[in-house]
Amino acid sequence: MPKVTYVHPDGAREVLDVPLGTSVMRAAVTNGLDGIVAECGGEMMCATCHVYVEADQLDRTPPQSDDEKAMLEFTASERKPNSRLSCQLVATPEFEGLVVYLPETQV
Amino acid sequence: MADRVVAVVGSGQAGFQVAASLHQEGFAGRVVLIGDEPVPPYQRPPLSKTYLAGEAGVDELWLRPSEFYAKQHIELVCGDAVTGIDRVERRLSLASGLQMSWDHLVFATGARYRPLRVPGSELDGVLPLRTLADANTLRQRLNEARDVVVVGAGFIGLEFASVAMARGANVHILEITHHPMGRVVSQTVARFFTEAHIRWGAEFSLGTGVARILGEGGRVAAVETTDGRRLSADLVLICIGVIPNTELAGAAGLPVDNGIVVDEHLVTSDPAIFAIGDCANFPTPFAGGRVRLESVQNAVDQGRCVAARLAGRPEPYEKVPWFWSDQGDLKLQIAGITVGHDQSVVRGEPASRSFSVFCYRAGRLIGVESVNRTSDHVAARRMLAGEPRLAPEQAADLDYDLRAHIRGSARH
Repeated sequence: MPKVTYVHPDGAREVLDVPLGTSVMRAAVTNGLDGIVAECGGEMMCATCHVYVEADQLDRTPPQSDDEKAMLEFTASERKPNSRLSCQLVATPEFEGLVVYLPETQV
Repeated sequence: MADRVVAVVGSGQAGFQVAASLHQEGFAGRVVLIGDEPVPPYQRPPLSKTYLAGEAGVDELWLRPSEFYAKQHIELVCGDAVTGIDRVERRLSLASGLQMSWDHLVFATGARYRPLRVPGSELDGVLPLRTLADANTLRQRLNEARDVVVVGAGFIGLEFASVAMARGANVHILEITHHPMGRVVSQTVARFFTEAHIRWGAEFSLGTGVARILGEGGRVAAVETTDGRRLSADLVLICIGVIPNTELAGAAGLPVDNGIVVDEHLVTSDPAIFAIGDCANFPTPFAGGRVRLESVQNAVDQGRCVAARLAGRPEPYEKVPWFWSDQGDLKLQIAGITVGHDQSVVRGEPASRSFSVFCYRAGRLIGVESVNRTSDHVAARRMLAGEPRLAPEQAADLDYDLRAHIRGSARH
């Protein structure tokens, strides 16, 4: 099962097992990780599961849908080219070793 | 200040949020979160969507893992109900016999399902959908159900209907008014969803109620409609709305009027007591008066608002309301409150299954209903947070760029 590293704004790193077919958001919530709020529960109605994907790993993640691109306008922290909603990052074998950075704030 | 106690009555989305936000906001006292259900706080929206369909497991419903509460110093009490509140002594009592003192009390008591009072409504197989326990029962019953009658075509009824059809049941939807979801959406959207459900195989009887429910050996067998028809049924879902849980507040002498009455800071007539989420009746610029809303957004944002106030940062509550509903492959997203609009224009073509209805009152944009059109929904939420200044003819013009409009407004 892929191991994903979540990097907190202060640099602290947490590594979680993200089962195949489970999102990076869901794994964070299930493990009680601070920094992912996931207000809407993965329905793409909010932008409180925002992460920055390690820039050179973006090609390992699924492409952004138009809905995700639209909803990323609501991120509380700056939207960057590597911004993603982690509810849309559903783990595949390529997620092994993925690193995501948590924003300063989600709300 | 370190010994202040906040008692949160109700552990749904609103109660969870205020408890979770208090410590994040820097509140240093005790937080006690009391729920009458035997389980930790969970999300309700999936109960009529992915959880009901069997696509999501119960592990995906928990708002946080059970260890979260102790780690965050939230004293979570599950399966115990508050039975009385003493405002003079600032104490409350629980069904288990426990008592506790509080300095601030937050009503997050939510709402309960509204029962249908007709002969036969007590029969086995006549069921509500409000709690996890309800959803578990329905999920199991849907394994065998052939003929399902849904009473009430609101969000829950229609979401349930789309799942029941996808699971192979015949579905007949009864709605006492002539417009499904009519309490909250425009006629254009109501018609669109009615037609979609008919295409998926549902039968609709609009303007029709239930006269009585008929059984055989204690189990439901049929529904007799107010126009005298008899519809076979082995499962009947009653979803005719909810009743806000205001009895405790009323008994404590607080004003109640379609919800616990609060001011723009979500404070009741007692400055130590708040009400948030489905049980709260509050003033909002988005309704042109008072309103009580049943939504995740309302529960979460009101929970945060009260937490910030208790942590010493009072701000009036004035968030843009938003809602969503998933039915089949259609996603309905609503920004603002469209009830009471006197003009509406459609952006896009309903036939294309991607369109929005922009609703106006007295020439001002008050809300937008989008079907499979998230970019309009996002634009609407941003516009409604300020002064929209969007003319109906601009809204209806697909070539008019809403994002450019927002950037333009921001410069004014």
